[in-house]
Amino acid sequence: MNERRGWRSHPLVQLTLVRYREFIREPEAVFWVFIFPVLLTAGLGIAFRNQAPAKIPVVVVEGADARRVAEAVGRSSAVSVQVLPDSAALRTLRTGKTSLAILPGPGGSVSYRFDPDRPDARTARLETDDALQRAAGRTDPVASSEQRVREPGSRYVDFVVPGLLGLNLMGSGIWGLGFAIVDARKKRLLKRLVATPMSRAQYLASFLLSRLTLLVVEVGVLLGFAVLVFGVPVRGSPVAILGVCLLAALTFGALGLLIASRAQTVEGVSGLMNLVMLPMWIFSGVFFSASRFPNALQPAIQLLPLTAVNDALRGVMLEGSGLAGLSGELAILFGWMVLAFALALRLFRWR
Amino acid sequence: MPSPAPPPALLVRNLRKRYDDVVAVDGLDLEIGAGECFGLLGPNGAGKTTTIEICEGLTQPDGGEVVVLGRRWGRDDRELRELLGISLQETQFSEKLTVIETVTLFRSFYRAGPTPDQVIGLVQLEEKAKARVGQLSGGQRQRLALACALVGDPALLFLDEPTTGLDPQSRRQLWELIEGFKAGGRSILLTTHYMDEAERLCDQVAIVDHGRVIARGTPRELIASLRAEHVLEFAVAEGIRLDPETLRAVDGVLGAHASNGTIELQVAELHRTMPALLGELRRQGVQLTELRTHSATLEDVFVSLTGRRLRDE
Repeated sequence: MNERRGWRSHPLVQLTLVRYREFIREPEAVFWVFIFPVLLTAGLGIAFRNQAPAKIPVVVVEGADARRVAEAVGRSSAVSVQVLPDSAALRTLRTGKTSLAILPGPGGSVSYRFDPDRPDARTARLETDDALQRAAGRTDPVASSEQRVREPGSRYVDFVVPGLLGLNLMGSGIWGLGFAIVDARKKRLLKRLVATPMSRAQYLASFLLSRLTLLVVEVGVLLGFAVLVFGVPVRGSPVAILGVCLLAALTFGALGLLIASRAQTVEGVSGLMNLVMLPMWIFSGVFFSASRFPNALQPAIQLLPLTAVNDALRGVMLEGSGLAGLSGELAILFGWMVLAFALALRLFRWR
Repeated sequence: MPSPAPPPALLVRNLRKRYDDVVAVDGLDLEIGAGECFGLLGPNGAGKTTTIEICEGLTQPDGGEVVVLGRRWGRDDRELRELLGISLQETQFSEKLTVIETVTLFRSFYRAGPTPDQVIGLVQLEEKAKARVGQLSGGQRQRLALACALVGDPALLFLDEPTTGLDPQSRRQLWELIEGFKAGGRSILLTTHYMDEAERLCDQVAIVDHGRVIARGTPRELIASLRAEHVLEFAVAEGIRLDPETLRAVDGVLGAHASNGTIELQVAELHRTMPALLGELRRQGVQLTELRTHSATLEDVFVSLTGRRLRDE
């Protein structure tokens, strides 16, 4: 007979260790939680890196004046010029390989053919015309010079990293809890556990505790990668970031618990989880700003928990907000957390 | 002065439970003495699992009284959880944990009990202590389930179909373990649909059918109640209809049933009945295709009570 001894044999510690072991021993879960977001960040960061803006391809239609026009346009640093026969030139325009076709006319005149709805075509028209007018001897009455600004924080990768962080918190919270609980219910392990003196609150708490410990690693890996490799700025305090992530993890954990509170099969719970997460994938401003959606939708979009997480993370990382400056977002998250927990505890089935 | 009889480990009175329109338990009574190994024997769907889960405090009964170790569900839950050891039907433990991790987890829920290593020794899983649950055989998984039932040093052990689906060797190994726990003085309630399991392990048996106890006693008493020590089983050539009732008149036949194309006669003395039966069959012009005898078992008790076999699905 032995009395229980030591902190390691405390049921909450044991339950949390189990959660942790089950996660670590599932290579796929480790991949999706830790490695996938880093790969995604790397991919997006490279695809949308800021580079010298590519030259816009334009085409000059072959004819008597074509060579002179092409040479003049070629002096612009913004466009690249090609000379092609009539039909070939128009085909490149039609298929989008070039943005603008230049048709030299009689007496040195030119006519531009382009799609005015395409911003690159409009730019090409301005640049090309500018180059031609200067080559023909125009002098500009106003002297102008340029100062170029390239600051971290305004690039796409800076925008997308907080979004990916939020997405990751949502995914690991909802999948992590939902799957594990429904799996245990299906295997009748939940029923076996409640047949012991185990505290049900401690069982549920173990999920949140393990989420919080893994969260530090999860956020650390993704943020560390983004900061070191892409120089993504973290202007606010790390404490504020951790605070937002903590609240986000608890909120999504509560949602996961709610989704899993009754489902009997893994298939059933997967459907529910997708139903909950898909709108947030689309509307919550992960890959592009949520403000692109119509105004009528904005109140609903702003209330989504992932929107609140993304806005709060962008606030801290890009604008250096403190937690006090994010009270709106934090209040929305807190509301979701309390609501989801209360409902989950009311609905939860142990068998 | 004689010491008062110890209180029963489990007392069930007029237990009732229905699911939608199926009556699972229909006025069932049980009494299990302290230190007794009690078997609930019955076919699938007889209400055994519902009964045991009500006693385990996992299912709410519709009516009746359940007193476990002198305590009641709804009032003494926390205390009862510490005192009971439970092995459910078809629990799958997490496949990614090792045996020792699983047992340590369950041990952490109880105030007192043996160490995880001691429990693993009890169920003879020492060699598999560090193996993942996913790599265990069916028999080893059942022994792990048993280990998790024993971590709190329970006064009463509930085992729901502990050997279902196991190969004969694993079953015998599990029986030896359970016999060991009986020797330790704990009370055990086990359900099974294997009559040999009940005969070997149980001091007392209740035969359950359609949610009621239809017979109870020691396995020996129940078999003796047949007044027939032997069972004669035979089959006749296909196409011949033979009414078992016509054989009741044969000398020494105490009961006759037809099931699955064979006819079973309960017989007190083989040496008297066998020649008489062969004579009767010859008289009816019936040709035998099969003839077997065995000593009467609990299965035969069930057949004589219900006209059905235990494992007719």
